[in-house]
Amino acid sequence: MRIEGKGLIARDHRVSFTFDGVRYSGFQGDTLASALLANGVRLVARSFKYHRPRGILTAGSEEPNALVTIGTGGRQDPNVRATVQELYDGLEARSQNRWPSLNHDLLSVNDLAAPFFGAGFYYKTFMWPRAFWEKLYEPMIRKAAGLGALSGEDNADRYERAFAFCDLLVIGAGPAGLMAALVAGRAGADVILADEDARIGGRLLAETYEIDGKPGHVWAEEVLAELRAMDNVRLMTRTTVAGAYDHGTFAALERVSHHRADRGAGAPLECFWRIVARRSVLAAGALERPVAFRDNDRPGIMTAGAVRAYLNRWGVAPGKAVTVFGNNDDAHRTARDLMAAGVHVAGLIDSRHDAPEVQGVHMIRGGQVCGSTGRRSLEAITVRRAGGEERIQTDCLAMSGGWNPSVHLTCHMNGRPAWRRDIASFVPVAGAIPGLRAAGACNGAFSTAGCLREGAAAAVEALEDLGLKASEPTLPAADDTPYALEPLWAVPGKGRAWLDFQNDVTVKDVKQAAVENFRSVEHMKRYTTQGMATDQGKNSNVAALAVLADATGRGIPETGTTTFRPPYSPIAIAALGAGAEGKGFQPQRFTTSHAATVARGAPLIEAGLWYRPSYFPKPGETDWRQSCDREVGYVRNAVGVADVSTLGKIDIQGADAAKLLDFVYTNMFSTLKVGRVRYGLMLREDGHVMDDGTTARLGEDHYVMTTTTAAAGEVMKHLEFATQGLHPEWDVSLCSVTEHWAQFAVAGPKAREVLNGLLDTPLDPQDWPFMSCGAVSVLGVAGRLFRISFSGEEGYEIAVPARYGASLFDILVKRAEGLGGGPYGMEALNVLRIEKGFITHSEIHGRTTAYDIGMGGMVSARKDCIGKTMSQRPGLEEPGRECLVGLKPVGPDGRLLAGAHLYRKEAEAKRTNDQGYVTSVCHSPTLGHMIGLAFLADGPERHGEIVKMVDGLRGVTTLCEVVNPVFFDADGGRMRG
Amino acid sequence: MGNLVAKSPCKGLLPLSVGAMSASEVETGAMTMLSPRKGQDGALDEAMRAVHGLGYPAPSGVESAGEARAIWFGHSSVLLVGAEPGQRLEEHGVLVDQSDAWAVVRLDGPGAEDVLARLVPVDVRLCAFPVGSTARSKIGHMSGSVTRVGEASFWLMVFRSMAETLVHDLKSAMEAVAARG
Repeated sequence: MRIEGKGLIARDHRVSFTFDGVRYSGFQGDTLASALLANGVRLVARSFKYHRPRGILTAGSEEPNALVTIGTGGRQDPNVRATVQELYDGLEARSQNRWPSLNHDLLSVNDLAAPFFGAGFYYKTFMWPRAFWEKLYEPMIRKAAGLGALSGEDNADRYERAFAFCDLLVIGAGPAGLMAALVAGRAGADVILADEDARIGGRLLAETYEIDGKPGHVWAEEVLAELRAMDNVRLMTRTTVAGAYDHGTFAALERVSHHRADRGAGAPLECFWRIVARRSVLAAGALERPVAFRDNDRPGIMTAGAVRAYLNRWGVAPGKAVTVFGNNDDAHRTARDLMAAGVHVAGLIDSRHDAPEVQGVHMIRGGQVCGSTGRRSLEAITVRRAGGEERIQTDCLAMSGGWNPSVHLTCHMNGRPAWRRDIASFVPVAGAIPGLRAAGACNGAFSTAGCLREGAAAAVEALEDLGLKASEPTLPAADDTPYALEPLWAVPGKGRAWLDFQNDVTVKDVKQAAVENFRSVEHMKRYTTQGMATDQGKNSNVAALAVLADATGRGIPETGTTTFRPPYSPIAIAALGAGAEGKGFQPQRFTTSHAATVARGAPLIEAGLWYRPSYFPKPGETDWRQSCDREVGYVRNAVGVADVSTLGKIDIQGADAAKLLDFVYTNMFSTLKVGRVRYGLMLREDGHVMDDGTTARLGEDHYVMTTTTAAAGEVMKHLEFATQGLHPEWDVSLCSVTEHWAQFAVAGPKAREVLNGLLDTPLDPQDWPFMSCGAVSVLGVAGRLFRISFSGEEGYEIAVPARYGASLFDILVKRAEGLGGGPYGMEALNVLRIEKGFITHSEIHGRTTAYDIGMGGMVSARKDCIGKTMSQRPGLEEPGRECLVGLKPVGPDGRLLAGAHLYRKEAEAKRTNDQGYVTSVCHSPTLGHMIGLAFLADGPERHGEIVKMVDGLRGVTTLCEVVNPVFFDADGGRMRG
Repeated sequence: MGNLVAKSPCKGLLPLSVGAMSASEVETGAMTMLSPRKGQDGALDEAMRAVHGLGYPAPSGVESAGEARAIWFGHSSVLLVGAEPGQRLEEHGVLVDQSDAWAVVRLDGPGAEDVLARLVPVDVRLCAFPVGSTARSKIGHMSGSVTRVGEASFWLMVFRSMAETLVHDLKSAMEAVAARG
């Protein structure tokens, strides 16, 4: 019910929305909750466990009951708090956790069975049979006890992540936060003022306080106007600071487009901020706590401060005959504000016998509300007083058990709040978050004047830390009435008195936990689930531990609180992972020949972040094998061209460059002649093979090392560690040149023919023997040529600056095609190297040694190298180790499979008989059957033996002959040319 | 036979305008990584001043003279951009040609800082990162280099192979900033 003339809503801007399909209207400036209340909708949800009817309890982000689902399909957003959701035209909201409807929810039978469902029910009941938990009980319970759900469709909304930096972060824009921001802004500090609300002002918007003789919200508007005019102040509304971390870092969630029907036309739905602040002021305010009494969860029962907020900010009277129940003076304001607005107040019940008198209302001092009635909404309450019980007809009860300072952020780095007896609340401990000062209600200062004072003081102190001149401001005049209360946590009596509304935990549950010896507050929490819902116990925490303290005969400070952890309020995973889907998942690295590769229809495979061609299909080819075999044929019979730019290339220069190479490679590089290339093997510190590749000596003090594609970064890191950490005295410089050079392998009997004509000086075989290198001029461009081979044919790698890569690839391919060859992809490259027994990371997979791959002899005895000592550990060189062999099937059609295991021919295929495993296989078009590389116990001594390959996963068994891993051209005559 | 045709890293990807912001490829000319030889830091600095009129920059700093810039690039690394390195430099430093290794994109416009706030985890406010500041940092998921070349202008550098991802990430961030209005 709206009250004319009240509220800060835009009365001239009416908006239409639906709830469970029913159309209602509200005003701009409404939340979904205020609009529902204005339309008399009181039942908005079913509770989590018992499916009890629930209404709106609060007016803020702490709301435990009024969770709704907004939108449909890919944009369906469950568990939105109606108290936070701003109203917009066309908003569609639905209730949750009910079937078939909110009014007739079949699972409300749970509530009738409640005596069986108390704390620990699941733990005690669903224990047997053991296997049933995962398959039956848990899914069943999860289905019955639930929150809203996602649609299962891809999320159509956009999210973003961002970073912000400032001198001073002010968290909360109520009187304390505004004052702090004002003082710091005037002093010239770079300030961020963040508030979870859409509108600046905090509690000033909900109350009738005056500041400097003006309504509080008017004062807030004036401060806001001044802050807006400062370019050193950044206002972040709809932004919840959700976590405090090391080094002044805060996590914050900005709700960018939740309030817009069009969701912002390209703007994200939410932005996850990381804010780094040199200093911070926490002005997060306080949250009102309910009082536990029988059936205190009926729709229509709200916190007293929320009733004031709906009345003063949104012009809504949540009832026609309102009753107020509290243990403090603050609750009296609710009665006074309602009466001033012309709303009937049916009674003011104060649990204190000495409560101050409030005129014009039926006041019951020393009374306690001990029960409520009404079917799906409050109809009457029962008040217990010295003279007996009294029943009062009321459709809204405003209750207040006092206020809890919002200390949460101060606990995120393991700080524990301290108990203040005078206000019966926990307050932050100074220094709990380095650089953060708490001010105002979150620090236990509950008067407006107190908030203004503390806000200003906190800013002045922070400014001093920052080395900025701070002037003591003149504080505006405001109410400074002390806050008076007498603790009241739970009204004694039968029935269920609710503490945690969101997880359906009662006073009885907490007492039961204590009885069953879950006396620690952390144990009680987990046993009863109190505080484990998405509101993290904001509404119930202190009351629950007070009940526990009472049940265990301890005081509240001794009982202590559970741990508050980030986030302060729920954050969608989509916001945390913003931008990391689709192309944002990881960078894509493309070679200079990428466009040409794609144009030729080559399927791409990922190698690290790189995209490389699998094969280049030709018209008429229906199977990748046809393309692959053809490309192998190019290299064996004519010439093939492949882009090998993805291999890591590291430029190594300096007087000690040779020393570094001798140190990181197992073999000698200091003896390599200028203009020559050598194959090298690199070990990890633990003695296993790390990577391999060729290194060319371009000058006396100048080498260029190649690494495998996948290990390029790892090798660079390894070299940096060796030079910076192990031998900082060496004169050697490293620089990755992977990206500067586009490099292509040209291999095959006609390779030289392809190159001649491109090179300004034709190749003379005398000058370019196998494993030579040098500078060349490629169509007038300075390039490099390396005569190396990964295919076993006469092969060259030609490099030009990357800007010419695309052009050179086109020319090379065209020339190769003219000679009966063409481009080849990774599949053919793999076949060519397996035929030659060359290893890749399939073989040097991290668990093999130089000895295992048949390169034990490459570990030079004449020098030390990284990993050498550890490679000589017992067990790493002894007989019986699984070593590299070649495999070929006994029958020509036999299948080999990588990943399969090897057994003796007659042995059973079981773990204890395992003799080794297969690492690489291919069909060799050159040999006409499959071939494979494998590791086999004592393999090199077993050439000629027949072993059994078994692939248990794919159900394939093949008898294989163990052979030399070099299947083709064993003496290397072809590549030496 | 034809000639080798040069292609820049961002060809076909840039320029790009979103709202009042723009991203364009920078044709930098030569780029050379300079690393001082052992104990030659001072001598390299002097040689750079003599030959190019700019010194060896302090960490996170940039030295410039005319079109030439020396951008701090990490431990013992400075990228000399926009000038062919003089012979004298080789006596005191190791020179590696990087002219084709990096995609260099210039981001201009009033929202440039906001765009970077979505991609780069370092403080790029003008007060903390004035003109002539540089950082080796992440740009999205990529390792890169960010340099402020004007009040509302930055150079972003990533490996050439990642130019497409840089433009993708940059465009998304620019659109998000522009949509905020």
